[in-house]
Amino acid sequence: MNGNVMGFLGACLPEIVVGAGICVVLMAGVFVKDGRHLLYLLAMSCLVAAAWVTGSGDPAATVLMPGGAFIQDPLTRFLKLFVFAVVALVFVYSRAYIGERKLAAAEFYALSLFALLGILVMISSASFLVMYLGLETLSLALYAMVAFERDSPVGAEAAMKYFVLGAIASGCLLYGVSLLYGVTGSILFSDIAAALQPGAAGQAGALVGLAFVLVGIAFKFGAVPFHMWVPDVYQGAPTCVSLFVATAPEVAAFALTLRILVDALTPIDMDWQLVLSVLAILSLGIGNLVAIMQKNIKRMLAYSTIAHVGFILLGFLAVQGGGLQAALYYTIIYVLMAAGAFGVVLFLAADGVDADQLDDFRGLNRRSPWFALMMLIVMFSMIGVPPFAGFYAKWWILSALLESGQAMLATAAVIFSVIGAFYYLRIVHLMYFDEGAGQPSVSAPMDFRVMLSVNALALLGLGLFPAGLLELCARVLG
Amino acid sequence: MGLLSLLIALPIGGGLLVLASSRGMKAGGFRADRWLALLASLATFVASLPLWTGFDRTTWHMQFVERQPWVPTFNVEYFLGVDGFSMPLILLTTFLTPLVIIAGWETVKLRPAQYFAAFLILEGLMIGVFAALDAFLFYVFWEAMLIPMFVIIGVWGGERRIYATVKFFLYTFLGSVLMLVALIYLYLQADSYSILDFHSLPLSLAEQVWIFLALLVAFAVKVPMWPVHTWLPDAHVEAPTGGSVILAAILLKVGGYGFIRFSLPVTPDAAGLLAPLMIALSLVAVVYIGLVALVQQDLKKLIAYSSVAHMGFVTLGIFLAWGILSRTGELPGVAMGITGGMVQMVSHGFVSGALFLCVGVLYDRMHTREIAAYGGVANTMPRFAAFMVLFAMANSGLPGTSGFVGEFLVILASYQASFWYAFLAATTLVLGAAYTLWMVKRVVFGPVTNERVAALRDLNAREFLVLGLVAAAVMLLGLWPAPLVDVLSASVDNLASHIIQSKL
Repeated sequence: MNGNVMGFLGACLPEIVVGAGICVVLMAGVFVKDGRHLLYLLAMSCLVAAAWVTGSGDPAATVLMPGGAFIQDPLTRFLKLFVFAVVALVFVYSRAYIGERKLAAAEFYALSLFALLGILVMISSASFLVMYLGLETLSLALYAMVAFERDSPVGAEAAMKYFVLGAIASGCLLYGVSLLYGVTGSILFSDIAAALQPGAAGQAGALVGLAFVLVGIAFKFGAVPFHMWVPDVYQGAPTCVSLFVATAPEVAAFALTLRILVDALTPIDMDWQLVLSVLAILSLGIGNLVAIMQKNIKRMLAYSTIAHVGFILLGFLAVQGGGLQAALYYTIIYVLMAAGAFGVVLFLAADGVDADQLDDFRGLNRRSPWFALMMLIVMFSMIGVPPFAGFYAKWWILSALLESGQAMLATAAVIFSVIGAFYYLRIVHLMYFDEGAGQPSVSAPMDFRVMLSVNALALLGLGLFPAGLLELCARVLG
Repeated sequence: MGLLSLLIALPIGGGLLVLASSRGMKAGGFRADRWLALLASLATFVASLPLWTGFDRTTWHMQFVERQPWVPTFNVEYFLGVDGFSMPLILLTTFLTPLVIIAGWETVKLRPAQYFAAFLILEGLMIGVFAALDAFLFYVFWEAMLIPMFVIIGVWGGERRIYATVKFFLYTFLGSVLMLVALIYLYLQADSYSILDFHSLPLSLAEQVWIFLALLVAFAVKVPMWPVHTWLPDAHVEAPTGGSVILAAILLKVGGYGFIRFSLPVTPDAAGLLAPLMIALSLVAVVYIGLVALVQQDLKKLIAYSSVAHMGFVTLGIFLAWGILSRTGELPGVAMGITGGMVQMVSHGFVSGALFLCVGVLYDRMHTREIAAYGGVANTMPRFAAFMVLFAMANSGLPGTSGFVGEFLVILASYQASFWYAFLAATTLVLGAAYTLWMVKRVVFGPVTNERVAALRDLNAREFLVLGLVAAAVMLLGLWPAPLVDVLSASVDNLASHIIQSKL
């Protein structure tokens, strides 16, 4: 009994720490006047503490909570540590932005930590119920964050759209889960996988359930045709929230897809792979083509996200070729790239004015050669040009596709990435080839500058010495 | 660190140093950046000389090999080495880069540190392309080259530079990604990214044809072959002088090098099957593009089209092999074609580079590339005119210049394959002479046509040095090509005997 309780606590200690951190941040927000810096420190130390309890202990151990609904294994530890790092990065990037705009700091940190809690629960879930709890915690926090600037009509519109569509998607997911439960009699992923073995009764019901579950997954990822919320939310939300939405929840979406499609529904993979390949190709196509037309950098990055999601989904179609590991690697690299890109957008924002038009990048090389170079690295990494990490991500996905005999999908993917190169190149061309006039000079706190440089240089470093992270990804999912 | 690693690291490190040194530099003060850039490029050239002196000419095996695991999970290696094909191209790169830096010494006004740094980084990456023996590493260098070139054309180019550079990037990027798919496929078959393992990998004809076509897109765009050459005139015209020189002299060579390193040995049967197509495309480039060059009004465009025509000779020489084999069955003929292609590549590197440098000299003074704006330049710039005429002669293949050797070898080899190949290929001697000499006549000779030409100053010492060095190389290679042919011979013979063995 005692062992069970300890096992229980041990498995979800990071979540408990984050939950406690949320309470502390909220209380501090209420009782401390003008405690912006204190709140920042509290939120950061909450992340550090949670990362510490996640990282300590046996890295290879697999702990399954009593009842089998919650799991802690090398993969979850790896994903959680990465998410902590990403959220910390978001906090560093956002601090000055929140201060300049006089946004409510306590609420921002508390909601971010709430969203983080949802992500952690999703990563560790081993049953549909826990997965759904995590998903809703994350989503509700995000809806509120998008509407953070209460008086901004764009923000309110974005939040409303996100909320309505998100509620429908959640409903679809829940309905699909209930059908799967009806067919298999369980909500545990492992039991569902066992009950759906070929020849088992009720396959037709499971297929209907699958269709609804896929809608939920595609919505969370922002895959076409369930992508409509992505550009509006990225554009309408304050940039620090766009940064958050574009990064950490993608890790959750990866975990969601991995848990549901691979852990639970592998027995009917023939059925979901076809659907997923259509979603992936549509995302690559629509994302890359529509991004070309954008004038707003946040909107452009939204469509770029959609295109990257297409690539990540392709990984799930090449399970035999190591596609899952490739998708994991792609997700991590994508999150780093998105963080870098939004970091530069935040970096350019000055005096309470968002620099969210493409034209704001004009002549950046003259104003700040170093950060123009950082943005250049991020952009070429997004295109997938070596020696930057984005190339290895694309290469691994292609490699996995070819190994599982999907040469056509691989060829389509590379052709769309050539189309995609165009709009990333435009950023480089605006920064370097145009002189620009009238843009304000840029300034940012030291910690922001350092972290942004580290973020971009990490993409170069991971490209020059790719072995470590590639092997890590192969191992935690091995 | 091995010699080849040093050759890659030295210019890249130098380039980063140049970037760093530009901070806080005052206008009009001592310009540390350009001296640093010159030093780095000269050091690279000096460091590359042991490649020539220490090269074993009797073997086709890779030399100066460095081999270390890079990504063990995927059998990717840091695997460098050179043979007779890559060594001359590396020397060409290290020889031309200092000249490009000297050529931009005073003429580059806009952010010169970034200009020099871009060329140095580009140099390191190009050496990496030629030295890489691991396909993955090769691809990394191959693609990374695009970034500095994109910036060079885009920042320091002419009026339509943005159109030109985006077109350049997208064309070459499209070719490259298809090559990536082919390389991954080869890796999955061979379980290794080593190019040497690819050479001995058995493949079915269908596999070979697909791989050949995927590689063809990548290499044909770079060469460039007709009909995917259309990015080249735009890129050349808009690029700054140094960019044009490097583009014509070295970047185009990676395409021909790719055919020799990948297409021929990895997919010999597909190459044999599609050789008539390749020869046809090459001859179209030679004849049709030669005619196109004839009507150009823009100096740089004319040289750009002439580059396409000359590179047609390279691909012609490389793909003649199967025609010769089916008619005479003789290996020396095959080897002659490939040798001709290689010599033509090196020679074209010097000659086209030199012509672009000449145009740069004129452009710096007159700020126009229109042929019609010139006339009678020889009267005011006699020394320049002497160089220009020499390079024009080399471009039209006059015996005694480097241009003659490669063209002659290829025409001779093509005669062994078919009379008509030789006939069509030989038209270049007429066409090449026509468009080059007519251009020289209109620009250099005749009476002085306008006041601006009358006010021209002749070459200064810096320009004289640059053109003089290239002129020496052109003459040397033309009068005494034996050292280059010696270096090539073992590798060429090995390639010839490799490709006649079917992989089926």
